Amino acid sequence: MDYFIELFCSGLTRGAIYALIALGYTMVYGIIGLINFAHGEIYMIGAFTSFIVATVLSIYGFPLAAIVVVTGISAAIWSSAYGYTVEKIAYKPLRNAPRLTPLISAIGMSILLQNYVLLAQTSDFLPFPELIPEFAFMEPVAHIIGSSDLVILVTTAISMLLLTLFIKFTRLGKAMRATAQDKTMALLVGINVDRVISATFIVGSLLAAIGGLLIASHIGQINFAIGFIAGIKAFTAAVLGGIGSIPGAVLGSLILGLTESFATGYVSSDYEDVFAFSLLVLILILKPAGLLGRAGTGKV
Amino acid sequence: MLAMNDVQAGYGNVLALQGVSLTIQPGEIVALIGANGAGKSSTLMAISGIVPCRSGQILLKGKSINGLAPDRIVAMGVSQVPEGRRIFADLSVQENLDMGAFLRKDRAGIRQDLDYVFALFPILAKRRHQYGGTLSGGEQQMLSMSRALMARPQLLLLDEPSMGLAPLMIRQIFRIIKEINREHKTTIFLVEQNAHQALRIADRGYVIENGRIILTDRAEKLLANPDVQKAYLGI
Repeated sequence: MDYFIELFCSGLTRGAIYALIALGYTMVYGIIGLINFAHGEIYMIGAFTSFIVATVLSIYGFPLAAIVVVTGISAAIWSSAYGYTVEKIAYKPLRNAPRLTPLISAIGMSILLQNYVLLAQTSDFLPFPELIPEFAFMEPVAHIIGSSDLVILVTTAISMLLLTLFIKFTRLGKAMRATAQDKTMALLVGINVDRVISATFIVGSLLAAIGGLLIASHIGQINFAIGFIAGIKAFTAAVLGGIGSIPGAVLGSLILGLTESFATGYVSSDYEDVFAFSLLVLILILKPAGLLGRAGTGKV
Repeated sequence: MLAMNDVQAGYGNVLALQGVSLTIQPGEIVALIGANGAGKSSTLMAISGIVPCRSGQILLKGKSINGLAPDRIVAMGVSQVPEGRRIFADLSVQENLDMGAFLRKDRAGIRQDLDYVFALFPILAKRRHQYGGTLSGGEQQMLSMSRALMARPQLLLLDEPSMGLAPLMIRQIFRIIKEINREHKTTIFLVEQNAHQALRIADRGYVIENGRIILTDRAEKLLANPDVQKAYLGI
């Protein structure tokens, strides 16, 4: 039973990270109908920024709490700046182009950013400083759930809650929903749609940066290619839940995380991707719009 | 209030407007009538800055608004109730109205206008927390008009407000359009296929055909004009 709970907890942790990234995919898709393939790279840049800031601060001997906060904020700002810039240079000029064009542009952006980090940093795996200590109060359950799992789950839950409140109640959040539903009408009530789209990329990037920081300190190493795998998985999760749907992205991520975790635990870690993508195929056959998605949103 | 001088506008290779000229005085109700595809909606979309203006000039209160972003045009006091109502289906009635007042900061004024639209359409107050998509066609038309009124416009553009509504509802909508015009001195530019109803409440009318204005006159004269009767009034 303990083993089951352990797998369940590690599945939730995995799912939580996927959710932080998947939200960026699904929000951008909801608002401009684009699969932003460069989103995984934004997450990777979040992890690299965290690595640099955390390492420098550790060298100067700052207290751990200060390091975590400053690292988180720096990663969020830096990733958001990248997300914003990518939209401005790679997608905005193609706003009225055929749908395939910005998709290709997104793939190009993804390759560009990966290779930029490869050249500017390194192709090696870098050891990430341990930012989350083992909490004393977690000791009795440490064989089931680690401290960093707990931190990831709590941070993700808080992020989701804040995002929900933001989307539901703020002026900008309402404008995002209105823009996602009908861009022309949004313009007609005086919403600056370009600014709303930029804001969507910034919010998505910010969440991805938090994911990058959390996963890097959880796993303990990073390299330039981590964004690709994580991006594909999070994209899968977003499609699973119904691309364009925010609750769908979270649900899809948790299901994907749990599936992978149980497949790893009960079958073999070699098969985790097989199970993950089989699940995707199965759901797409049974419910092509995804679990919480709406039918008839057009093709990618 | 508004003047269009030889405006050509459209997307891509298609010029929906091939030289439209018209003027609207403050406080007037002006109707634009014409067949399907004549350029009625494009005229309104060009004024709102959605359809790009290729040549000619659009003047609002004497200032050129050519090439201005749509949100700047709304800020200058132009609101549109578009064809098909375009309610934000996944936003509540209240949120739809909030979006109408998107650019306003005067809370007291917004509250006042909210009371005003709820008095105009009491059913909306009852449906306040329902999703826009759950409303009936008539209620959606009321919501769409209320949303535009929440911007407290000086010029209200109405595109086919009677489309798809029951006769009783059509009469109510036109009565309220007249009332908005009279009580708030809101200038109204009304596009309609239902030419008869539109000309009955309008001061003046324009007839558009193939992207060009072919006729303009006092509304009662257009109603009596045999050509207009034959082509648009079905008499």
